[in-house]
Amino acid sequence: MADSTTSRVSYTLDSSIESVNKIEQTAELCATTAGFDEDTVSNISMAIREAAVNAVLHGNAYDANKTVKASFETTAEALTIKICDQGPGLDPDTIPDPLAPENILRGSGRGIFLIRAFMDEVKFRQLHPGTELTLIKQRPPAQSGT
Amino acid sequence: MSMKVSTRQVDGITILDMSGRITLGEGSVTLRDAVRDVLAKGTKQILLNLGEITYIDSSGIGELVSAFTTVKNSGGELKLLNLTKKVHDLLQITKLYTVFDVKDDEASAIASFTK
Repeated sequence: MADSTTSRVSYTLDSSIESVNKIEQTAELCATTAGFDEDTVSNISMAIREAAVNAVLHGNAYDANKTVKASFETTAEALTIKICDQGPGLDPDTIPDPLAPENILRGSGRGIFLIRAFMDEVKFRQLHPGTELTLIKQRPPAQSGT
Repeated sequence: MSMKVSTRQVDGITILDMSGRITLGEGSVTLRDAVRDVLAKGTKQILLNLGEITYIDSSGIGELVSAFTTVKNSGGELKLLNLTKKVHDLLQITKLYTVFDVKDDEASAIASFTK
C-alpha cells in the first residue's frame, strides 16, 4: 500500500476556530492538487470544515487542554481525510434527520448530513475518549495516478 | 474571510446587502446581530441580499433559518434575494429552498412583501 501513497500531511491543532480554518484550507489545497473540479473541491472543503467544527465545537467544546488531529492522504485512488477529537464521543445513529419535517426549521444539526452528502464514504470510530471521523472522496479514473 | 452587512430602505422594506462568508463565529453572529437590530428598530419586513455571499456552512444555514423563524414569530416577513449557485444548491439539498421565499429580482422582491 505504501507505494500507492502520493502525499500525506497531518496536524495536531488546538480547539479553536483558527484550527477549523486551517483544516478547511488544507483540505481545499489537497483536493485541488488531487485534480478534483472546482465544485467538488468546494464540496470537499465544506465537508471537512463541518467535520472540523464538530471536533472543535461539539467534541472538544473549545477546551484548551484538548487537541484536534487532522490527516490528509492522497493516493492514486482517493483523498482520505481523518479528523480526531478528544471529546465524549459521537454516535451518528442518534443524530436527528435534518430533513424530517419536525427538524427542518432547527437552527443546527445539518453538519453530518452535509458531510455525508458531499463525500463518498464517511466512517465514525470511537476512540475512548474521542471520535475519529474518516472522510473519503474517490478520485475520478481519468485523474488517478496524476 | 469575514462577512459585511450594509442596510438600506426601499419602499419600507429593509434590505441587508451581505458579502463574504456566513460561517461559525463571526459571519453567523454578524447576521444575527443585523437582523436583531432591524427588528429592534420596528421594521419587520426584511430582504436578505445574498448575492455577494461567497460561502456558507451549516452554521450559516442554521442562522438563516433562525433569522427566518425569529422574524416570522414577530409577525414579519424575511425573504432571500440573489442566491449564488452554491447557496442555492445548499438550500436545495437541505430542503430549505421551499421554506424560504427566494427572489432573484429586487424590484419584484420588494413588491412581493405584504403592504
